[in-house]
Amino acid sequence: MEKKTPLYDFHLAHGGKMVPFAGYLLPVQFPDGVIREHMAVRTACGLFDVSHMGEVLFSGPDALNNVEHLLTNRIEDMEIGRVRYSPLCNERGGMVDDLVVYRLAQDQFWLVVNAANRDKDVAWFERHRFGDATVADQSDQYAQLALQGPKAKDVLASLTDPDALPVKNYTFVENVDVQGIRCLVSRTGYTGEMGYELYCAPGDAVALAEKLLKAGGPYGLMLCGLGARDTLRLEAGMPLYGHEMDENITPLEINLDFFVKMDKGDFIGRQALEDAGAPKRTRIGLEVIDRGIVREGCPVFVDDRQVGETTSGTLGPYLQKAIAMARVERDVLNEGNECLVDVRGRRLRARVVLLPFYKRQTK
Amino acid sequence: MNTPKNLKYTKTHEWLLEEDGVYVIGITDHAQSELGDIVFINLPLADSDISTGEALADVESVKAVSDVISPVTGVVSAVNEELADSPEKLNEQPYEAWIAKVRDVTETEDLLTAEEYEAFVQSEA
Repeated sequence: MEKKTPLYDFHLAHGGKMVPFAGYLLPVQFPDGVIREHMAVRTACGLFDVSHMGEVLFSGPDALNNVEHLLTNRIEDMEIGRVRYSPLCNERGGMVDDLVVYRLAQDQFWLVVNAANRDKDVAWFERHRFGDATVADQSDQYAQLALQGPKAKDVLASLTDPDALPVKNYTFVENVDVQGIRCLVSRTGYTGEMGYELYCAPGDAVALAEKLLKAGGPYGLMLCGLGARDTLRLEAGMPLYGHEMDENITPLEINLDFFVKMDKGDFIGRQALEDAGAPKRTRIGLEVIDRGIVREGCPVFVDDRQVGETTSGTLGPYLQKAIAMARVERDVLNEGNECLVDVRGRRLRARVVLLPFYKRQTK
Repeated sequence: MNTPKNLKYTKTHEWLLEEDGVYVIGITDHAQSELGDIVFINLPLADSDISTGEALADVESVKAVSDVISPVTGVVSAVNEELADSPEKLNEQPYEAWIAKVRDVTETEDLLTAEEYEAFVQSEA
């Protein structure tokens, strides 16, 4: 039995097509469809319900030591009010999850985790907890909305004191008053666009969504579902747990080196990553040359030899191209090289391109 | 849901129209609505043999791929090549955007009337 987010009835009222996802019933799309939703986020603004995401609070004098030991990225130099992305590895260097950390206070860290991994993560955190620190699963105490796109700032600023909003990417502000609704607002997202994620009490979620929807109307805001969330993150070259990553894939094998700080103190998986040496696999972007769409799990061939497989693929609605990410042997395929991808028995030509496929224009 | 009365239907959401022994096949309004934005169709080759229950074509929406199942056994006599460039026509005008025509039909599946198809879709919901 799937759980419902606080916005379940709101989605139904707006024509959301509900599907089970990570234990929740969530809208995969609204009546205008994935392509229009996707384009709204690239050119105006989109609103997503991401209340399924999990929130876990570490607190106490040893909270920092715990988080630093669990995560591959460096945490100790984070200022309060900052957000940082990090892989979470097991002892073999494989990925338990990927998450973002919010530093709420000197000794308080808020970890936002993938819904499908929430229970596993919390058990993992408890198992490795040490010293004077507590771990609290607060997932059911928060709803989360993502407001994404070039008009996101105008929309949100119309509902609150614009000076109260976080300015820099990957920063956040607590207790922002959005027309009477108390929110934690961060400059984060999963679309490749400028945007915000807003966390509020579950009981305020519908009112907040209604306010954003109404304020966003003149700016072209559209409600968006999981379908557009996936095509947007894929165009932006962002990996997704369960697709690009799992417990047997190390962050170094999918080019997340930047988020693995081998020179910080010890962390779970560090030894295995070091012992493994240079990664044997790499994550690449592919643009499909022949007509057709590549999905995940398609074998990738070079000269009739399989060198890997695709991990995600779609038609990029903004790019108007079939694109895919693949995990392949290292040093076999370089930018501009061609390969063949087997799509249900048909071999389509594809070209290696640099990730991300789409990068927003910044002034 | 739009279900023209002059057509026949299948439980796998294709529509058929018989014209002088040639069967015109497409996907229903309900099918296109369930699939969402269709962005690609893999069309059959003209003059190929096709049997009931086989994949006649596959259509892809942004999120999913779905086979179009042939409700007839026969020979593909024509293919709507226009759909290769404009697969969105399957969303916009599902009953105009025919996929293939099949001649020399020797067998057909049990086909549904418009009323029966509507009732079937309701029962599936």
